[in-house]
Amino acid sequence: MAEEELWCNHVRQNKDKFRDEGVSTVSSIDQARVETSVEDKYSSYLDMKDMDGQEQPRLHRGRHIAYLKKGLTSLSDRFTSLDASRPWLVYWCVHALELLGVQLSKEEAAGVVEFLGKCQNPNGGFGGGPGQYSHLAPTYAAVNALVIIGTPQALQLINRSTLVEFLRSMRTEEGSFRMHEGGELDIRGVYCAVSVARLTNVATESLFANTVHWIMRCQSYEGGFSGAPGMEAHGGYTFCGLAALTLLHAHHLCHTPALLRWAANRQMKYEGGFQGRTNKLVDGCYSFWQGGLFPILHTLLAQEDVANLSTERWMFNQEALQEYLLLCCQHSRGGLIDKPGKASDFYHTCYTLSGMSVAQHFTSTARHRTLVTGPKDNELIPTHALYNVGVEAAVSATQYFNSLPVPIASSPASQTEAGDATDVQDTDKQTTTATKPSCTCDTTQVKT
Amino acid sequence: MREAQIQLRVMCSNDDEYVSEEDVWVLYKDREEWADVTPLTQDDGPNAVVKIAYTDAFTDVYDYFRAVVASGEMSERALELTEDAINMNAANYTVWQYRRKILKHLGSDLKKELAFCREMIEMNPKNYQVWHHRRVIVDWLKDASKELRLTEMIFSQDAKNYHAWEYRQWVLRTFKLFDGELDYVDRLLEEDVRNNSAWNQRHFTITQTTGFTPDVIQREVHYVKKAIEKVVNNESPWSYLRGVVQHCDGRMGSVGDLENWCRQMYEGGQRSPYLLTFIIDLMEDKMEHEPDLRPSVLKHCLQICICLATEHDQIRQEYWRYIGRNLSHRFGA
Ligand SMILES: [Zn+2]
Repeated sequence: MAEEELWCNHVRQNKDKFRDEGVSTVSSIDQARVETSVEDKYSSYLDMKDMDGQEQPRLHRGRHIAYLKKGLTSLSDRFTSLDASRPWLVYWCVHALELLGVQLSKEEAAGVVEFLGKCQNPNGGFGGGPGQYSHLAPTYAAVNALVIIGTPQALQLINRSTLVEFLRSMRTEEGSFRMHEGGELDIRGVYCAVSVARLTNVATESLFANTVHWIMRCQSYEGGFSGAPGMEAHGGYTFCGLAALTLLHAHHLCHTPALLRWAANRQMKYEGGFQGRTNKLVDGCYSFWQGGLFPILHTLLAQEDVANLSTERWMFNQEALQEYLLLCCQHSRGGLIDKPGKASDFYHTCYTLSGMSVAQHFTSTARHRTLVTGPKDNELIPTHALYNVGVEAAVSATQYFNSLPVPIASSPASQTEAGDATDVQDTDKQTTTATKPSCTCDTTQVKT
Repeated sequence: MREAQIQLRVMCSNDDEYVSEEDVWVLYKDREEWADVTPLTQDDGPNAVVKIAYTDAFTDVYDYFRAVVASGEMSERALELTEDAINMNAANYTVWQYRRKILKHLGSDLKKELAFCREMIEMNPKNYQVWHHRRVIVDWLKDASKELRLTEMIFSQDAKNYHAWEYRQWVLRTFKLFDGELDYVDRLLEEDVRNNSAWNQRHFTITQTTGFTPDVIQREVHYVKKAIEKVVNNESPWSYLRGVVQHCDGRMGSVGDLENWCRQMYEGGQRSPYLLTFIIDLMEDKMEHEPDLRPSVLKHCLQICICLATEHDQIRQEYWRYIGRNLSHRFGA
């Protein structure tokens, strides 16, 4: 069949290769080295294609599924360094499988729910493993994994009233969040707290008072967001900042043109994938952290500049990203990777596939358009750009939790502040029964 | 036990199944001084998922750690136990937090703790817990005399280590140690003019000290122009330049003769996308302030957008098309 030429053909022209202008530095040497390894991948694929014709870049579904299923069950002792991140391991595997269209068996799902139950603490939140202190990151991972599983047992496992107490205890006076008791404080804390609070409908006005202003202190002069005020713009933290702002309905505070420019510039012109920071190297996981910014930005811009927005595409090169992922980031033994030469791991498998899903699915209010590189069955299920769980899972979990009342805070100061959480995706929002209309957590109150 | 610990560290940092040849490691369950404690196994449940095949030594140490936390023991031996637990997994924040509780409770020698923490940082420079621990201890000690040098040692291996930069910024701010920071940034940029972390640090340092006064803006524009003249196709200084001129009261092009400077490069045949982008910014600024010039400037602007989309920055084609539409919408007739 006649097809458009693959984007990666550009490597045969050598035009987009990095030039160091006679000034060789650590950064330029590293960049040139990565381009060479990427060129090898693209060239050997193109040479094969020239020889035997039709084969389009293929997603090795079977291998990745086997890799993920194995990981979800048991891991070698090399994973000891992730012993305080086990809910993460669960989420990475479960979400990647979800994207690949794999439903867990009843037993597998029950096993996950039961294990995450062991990680949930009586004082609220989830720890990195059974018996570990509650921490916002595994709390986020556990809630997302349970939302993906989506059964009543999974959703009901989350103790919402202790969860909100845990979130409240992590909050600082200025509205930022610590990761755990006595732990570090950065924009991940804000995102994890906002995300789980929105998903499970426990957000109140007082819980996130001033949080948006703290987030805004993290937008750097480059346009992206940093982990803490004053730091360098960074892909992971930018996603946290923008998603949290959006979930708090305060995206109007963000300097959107600067953010858009920064985000667009993170796509590598030679490799096709994204880098995390200016002048750093391409890395598969930023396919989601950076790529995931574009659907959010598109939604934001639709509110002020809809006439000029494309109705067909995100503002990055969706084909180039997919080619990078398909041709440079699939490990022969299953799982996906950061860049050629690296070993696969569950984190990169999860975020490369999440980024691929974003690149495949364009959605605006008016239309849904799929843009799949390679054979049709490369298509993944669409992911929700703010939570990074499947769209369907996010919608049904939101419906379920929005039908429940927002837990009333036990601390006296916040007793009157419980309000209903409004979902950004405009999934069925149901007004809660436990709150007075005057104190609902609506947009105008949160954004002041 | 010292030697055993070093062995163990080798084992962990290689993350290989390296087994110590000398059998110096004694499991806690075989140690007389721990005979009074009943180890507490991890409650994974019968159908655990993501089950890690721990080594016996790991399970043993963590069984005792759990027992200690459960009983609330805060002793010297418990402190040593946390050190072993950290050596086996430096990312276990629960252990670090419990260790801090013990340190506080015992009134331990924090200088010694800093030495331990330094070793941990050297072995795990990209771990959140080690840097946070250092911050807490230095905050308790109120002594940051060794801290800048520590980060410099880390930067000598990886000049873009995010954790180290975040820590350095905290030290600079908390202990007001900004003297000499711009010189340090200079040296890093001298080594690698593409080091974006160093450019960011330059911005941070100025924000925290003099601020972007008119004099400082002049000086910085001069500095950044030099850097760009050295390597044009380097996004970092272009971004920084934009960050600096944002602080101008007046027009973007009014400082440092940027408009002419850009035009000269352009006329000299330079087509770096960063130069072209900056030219668009200058023109946008002009259209904002001089409505009369809009028609001619807009035309030129849109031409550059097309060149970027189709030739000099093709990968960002969608972006440049959007920018073109947005500009015509705002400044067109
Ligand atoms: Zn990565």
